[in-house]
Formats: sequence, C-alpha cells, structure tokens
Amino acid sequence: MEYFLQQLINGLALGSIYGLVAIGYTMVYGIIGMINFAHGDIFMVGAFVALIAFLILVAIGITAIPLALFLVLIIAMLLTSLYGWAVERIAYRPLRGSFRLAPLISAIGMSIVLQNYVQLAQGARVKTLQPLITGVHTVLDLGNRFVVQISNIQILIILTTLALMSGFSWIVSSTSLGRDMRACEQDLKMAALLGVDTNRTIALTFLIGAALASVAGIMYLLYYGVIDFHIGFVAGVKAFTAAVLGGIGSLPGAMLGGLLIGLIETYWSAYFSVQYKDVAAFSILIVVLIFMPTGILGRPEVEKV
Amino acid sequence: MSAEKTGKSSVLSHALKDALIAGIVAFGLFILLLGFLTDDSRGPLQLRQRPVLLASIVGMVFVGRFLISLLYYNAPALRHWLGKLWFAICAFAARYKWQLVALMFAVAASRIYYAPQSWPLALIIVATTFIGVRFGFSAALLVFAVLFPVTFYSNPYYLGIAIIILTYVMLGWGLNIVVGLAGLLDLGYVAFYAVGAYSYAIIAQAYGWSFWVCLPLAGLFAAFFGVLLGFPVLRLRGDYLAIVTLAFGEIVRIVLLNWISLTNGPNGIGSIPRATFFGIPFNPTEAGFAATFGLEFDPTHRTVFLFYVILALALITNWVTIRLRKLPVGRAWEALREDEIAVRSLGINPTNTKLTAFAIGAMFGGFAGAFFATRQGFISPDSFTFPESALILAIVVLGGMGSQIGVAVAATVMTASFELFREFEQFRLVIFGFAMVGIMVWRPRGLVSTREPTAYLKERKKISVEHVAEGRG
Repeated sequence: MEYFLQQLINGLALGSIYGLVAIGYTMVYGIIGMINFAHGDIFMVGAFVALIAFLILVAIGITAIPLALFLVLIIAMLLTSLYGWAVERIAYRPLRGSFRLAPLISAIGMSIVLQNYVQLAQGARVKTLQPLITGVHTVLDLGNRFVVQISNIQILIILTTLALMSGFSWIVSSTSLGRDMRACEQDLKMAALLGVDTNRTIALTFLIGAALASVAGIMYLLYYGVIDFHIGFVAGVKAFTAAVLGGIGSLPGAMLGGLLIGLIETYWSAYFSVQYKDVAAFSILIVVLIFMPTGILGRPEVEKV
Repeated sequence: MSAEKTGKSSVLSHALKDALIAGIVAFGLFILLLGFLTDDSRGPLQLRQRPVLLASIVGMVFVGRFLISLLYYNAPALRHWLGKLWFAICAFAARYKWQLVALMFAVAASRIYYAPQSWPLALIIVATTFIGVRFGFSAALLVFAVLFPVTFYSNPYYLGIAIIILTYVMLGWGLNIVVGLAGLLDLGYVAFYAVGAYSYAIIAQAYGWSFWVCLPLAGLFAAFFGVLLGFPVLRLRGDYLAIVTLAFGEIVRIVLLNWISLTNGPNGIGSIPRATFFGIPFNPTEAGFAATFGLEFDPTHRTVFLFYVILALALITNWVTIRLRKLPVGRAWEALREDEIAVRSLGINPTNTKLTAFAIGAMFGGFAGAFFATRQGFISPDSFTFPESALILAIVVLGGMGSQIGVAVAATVMTASFELFREFEQFRLVIFGFAMVGIMVWRPRGLVSTREPTAYLKERKKISVEHVAEGRG
C-alpha cells in the first residue's frame, strides 16, 4: 500500500513533465496537422539552456535558490522559444501546402540537426548537476518499514505544471491569440480569409510549445540531475504517446495522457521490470492508435475525398 | 536624382535592419549553447567562455543575411539575371543529367585514384553518349560494379567501402518498396535489418548451418516481422504510421538489448560464422579456398567474394522491384500511394497490398542484415538504432522516392562522403539533417524527381513533379 502510494507520487511528477511536452505536440498537430518530430529535441535544448543558465548564475554569485530558479525559468523559456520559432521558420513554414509527409521528413532532419548541434557545442558526455532543491516530507508513516515521502522537487514540479497549465488554458480560452489559435485549428484557410494572421499564429504556437517544453526540460534537469544530448528522443516519443493517448488536438487530453503515461511507466518499473519500461510506453502507443485512434478526449477525424 | 538616392539608402537601411534582426536571433540562439562550454574534465561541472566562436558565428549570420538581403531581395535586376542563369543551368542539367553525374564520378575518381584505375568511369561517359542515356548509364554502372574488385584488387580499403555502399544501396532499395512505391513512411526499417542479422547469427551459431541456408531463413524471419508490424498499422494514416513504425523499431532494439539469454544483450554476438564459398571456407588451411583452387592464400579473396555476394543481393532486390512494379501488386502499391480511397473503391484490398509491401521490404532488409552479420562477424544492438533508420530513409528521400537509380546514387554519395569525412562525424550529421530539410523545401521529389509511369498509352512520357499528387499513405 505504501509502496503503491509512493509510486503514485513519483508517477505524477514524471507525468507532469511528459504532459508539458505533450502540449507542444498536441497544439501543433491540432493547428497544422503535422507531428513536430523535433519537439523532443527542443525539450532537450531547454534542459541544456537551463543547465548553462544555472552555472552562469552561480558564477556571478546569484545563489539564492528561489531567485535563481525564477531567473533560469525566464531565460530558458525565452531562449528555447526562440529555437521553436527558428525551427518553424526554417523547416516547416516553406513546406505549408507541400505533400503530407514532407513536414514530417523535414522535422526528422531538424531533429538530427538539433541533437548533433548540441553534441558538437557541448560534447557527448552526460552533464551532471548537483541537486539544488533538497528536502523531503513524510506523507504517510504507518509504522511499517516503508515510509511514503514527497520531495520538494516533486511538489515544485506538480505545482509549476498546474500553474502553467491553468495559465495556458486561460490564454487559449480568453485571449485574442487563443481565439486565433482555435480558429486556425478549426479551419486554417477560412481563418486566413477572415483576417487571422495564420503565419503569426502558427509561429506563436510553436513559441509557446517550445517555452512549455523548456520548463519540462528544467524540471527534468532538477529531478534527475543528469542530461545528455540524447534525452529528447525517448522523452519526445513518450510525450507524443501521451498526446495521442489523451486525444491529439485536445489540451486537457495532453495533460491527462501525460499523467497516465507517467503513472504507467512508474508502475511498470515498480512491479514488472525497469528494462522494459520503454517497451510498455511504446506498446501503449501502438495499442491506442489501433483501438482508440481518437484517444480519450479527442474528436474523431473524418477523412474526406 | 534625389528620389533615386533615397531609394538606394532605404534599400541599404532595409537590408541592414533585416540583417540586424537575423543577427539578434542568432545571438539569442547561440549565446548559451555556443558561447559557453560545460566542462567536467576537472571535477565538477564548470563553464568555459567561447566569445570568439560566438562572435564569429553571429557575425557570419549577420553578414550572410545582409548580403542576401542586399543583393538578392533588393536588386531586381540581379535577381532577374540570377533567375535566368539558374533556369539555364537547370535546363542544361535536366538535358544532360546522366552525363553530368558520370563526369562528377570521373572527376572524383581521378582525384582519388591514380589514372589507370578510373578507366571504367570513362566507360560511363562513352556508354551514355553512344547507347543512349537511359540504358547506357545503368549498363556502364553495372559493368563498373562488376569489374570493381578487379580494378581495386590491390586496395582492400576501397573494396570495404564499396561493400558498405552496396549494403546501403540494397537497404535503400528495400525501403524504397515500402516508402517509394507503397507510400508508407517506415521509420523503423532498421528493425528488419536487425531481425535478419540476429536470426542469421543465432541460427548459424546454434545449428552450424551454412550462410546459404541461413540467408533465406533470415529473410523469412524478417518478412514475418514485417507482417507482424503490418497487421496493426494497416488502419493508420501517414504520420501516425510513421510514429508506430518508429516505436516498433525501438521495441525490437530494447528487446535485443535485454533478452540476454538469446542475444547476449548489450555485449552482442561475436564470432559469427563467416560466409563460405559454397562450403569452402576462406582460410589458409588445406581445405580452404586458396588451396582448393591452387592459389596463394590472400585475405582479399574473402572481401572480393563478399563484394560479389552483396552485389548479387542488391541486383536481385532491384530486379524483383522492377518486375513487381509491372505485376498487379506493384501497380496496386503505386495506386495506394496516390489515393487510398480510390484504390479501395476499385475493389483492391488495401490490407493485402500494404502487407505484401511490408513483408517484401522487410525481407530484403533481412537479407541485408544477414549479410551484415556475416561480414562483420560481430553484431550488437548499437548497430540498429534510430539514426540508422533515419539514414536509410534519407537515402530514399534524397534519391527521390520511387526512383531506383536515384536511391543508388544517393546511397553512394552519402556513404562515400560519410567515409571520406569520417573525422567530422557530428558536422556531417548536422549537414545531413539540413540536407533532408533542404530537399523537402526545394526538391520534395528528391534529386531524381521524374517518375517513370508503369502503364502508359501509346508513348512513354515522363511525369514532372507538378503532376504527381501525393497520396495519403
């Protein structure tokens, strides 16, 4: 029982990270109908930007954790969203109206570029950051040998995700940008005819998606303390699985899917085998796509001739 | 006069503004990742500053953008002439493209090898000029390939590279069936390559059967896996299918990594039996190849033999593909690529059509895998990662999906340049990624972008890019 609860907490923290990345996939798919294969690598770039920003802040003497964390959050979101924008501008915008698989192939190319660029710039070795946020709270102690604990970093991850999610939902539901985004999602051509600057809206979507992915990158860095240039691939596929599971195109679905994938992965590792945890996530992707292609909260897609 | 002057200065200021924005964006992109290096060679993670690198990269972006903006976007006359020049170059290249490719090969060859060894390349030029471009080029290339080991017998290094190139040509042709003909984007092709390699290694080690018995078995196993993957993904459209094949490839790799009792996990399988000349091993013993044929023992014999094996396998792949395109199933693949709904309404069973494409593509991947295993003598899951799949896919995409000769040329150019620039591993991958983006932007049909129709009325016409619609996959 305690073990189960403990895994629930771990799974929620991990799932929050996946959920933040999944939002980027789901938004882009909703609006322009492509899988942004490079999104996982944007997440990785976010983690690297955050790592370097942390080290710079330490070097110039800002060591108060809350302030440093806040500054890193701002820097990483700004710089990583620039990457999201640049990728869209270089690799996807010229392909609008091209054949269906073209953006996906271009995205794979961009993913290779980003991975190897980071490897060139920062080296192939794993980067380790000393744990910055320490301290645990006991949640449940029944006197058995196992005590359920929640660490400060897990609380931070879950709270940040909640805050970002509500902020983002507010943007989508109540601002003019959100209205444009929803219009583009329904019908890109019609939105353009009605005066929505679609290019700008799509660029902003990529920007916001990248900013959220960078926050996920920071959380990953703080949670695990180890990153390398390759983390984006597996995390990206899992986040995409989360987006599909929740129903691609649906924002609450992405978050729900992220949490589910996080929980499934954690419980699988806890009760079955750690080695095959990725197989579990990938199998879910296949099973969901076959039996429930619209996901949990998605709308069915009608194929037109 | 003054109006012209203000016009000029506004052009200049516009270009400057444009370049400034590009410079600021580049600065934002690169300031942390290029401006600083995280270094843990001396204890804990430290930062080293690289201002010169950062400044030079940002400066390059600024100057480059400024020049493009000034000379290209803001000078209509220059743009006009550049456009005309480009048009003329394109027309010339389209008219003489095979001769140009041949010339490129010849120049490259004469730079790398000494003159007498580049004679087969002169053949290409002669053949394309006299027999006609279409068959001349292929025929000359074939003659060159067959005579390659004779020409380069003294140079095992080139033979080794040629074997690698041919392996990728074969993989490209195999994947071309799935991606190019049937229009199903497969990001996990390397899984079949892995299945072929592992089934060869395991069967050959466990039962001691010869290469020629294990090779078809490896192909069958891979085809079986192709069907296994094919079944669940039948209902999926283009990009969903791509992601599922990717997941499948990763699952195969993870299983290979963790099923230690069968695959020896990350340590891989070593001392895989070498291919024999129909039962005669290549070794310096009495029963060996050299002694049997009264030759002096030379390790190059094996390399030459392997070269001909992979050449034969690749040619079989090509021949089967060409024949299949003329059969109903091949026609169905191409129809499926163009429009699945139309295919269904014409009474063709898309399920069987997709399954055969997956199975046949996977089978050739399995053959290539078995060959890889016997050539290397050692395999591990590290050889079958996603970048390998992406490389094979890139060969198909860059060569022009559906074009056999294009795939062969792309495989040659890519593998050879990877070998030549081995020391710039990451640079070449960055360039390779950008090449995939660039091809999609400028030549989405690949470098060889015309498609030969399989069925035609009265005369064979080439279909240009604009008239080919892409199916939904």
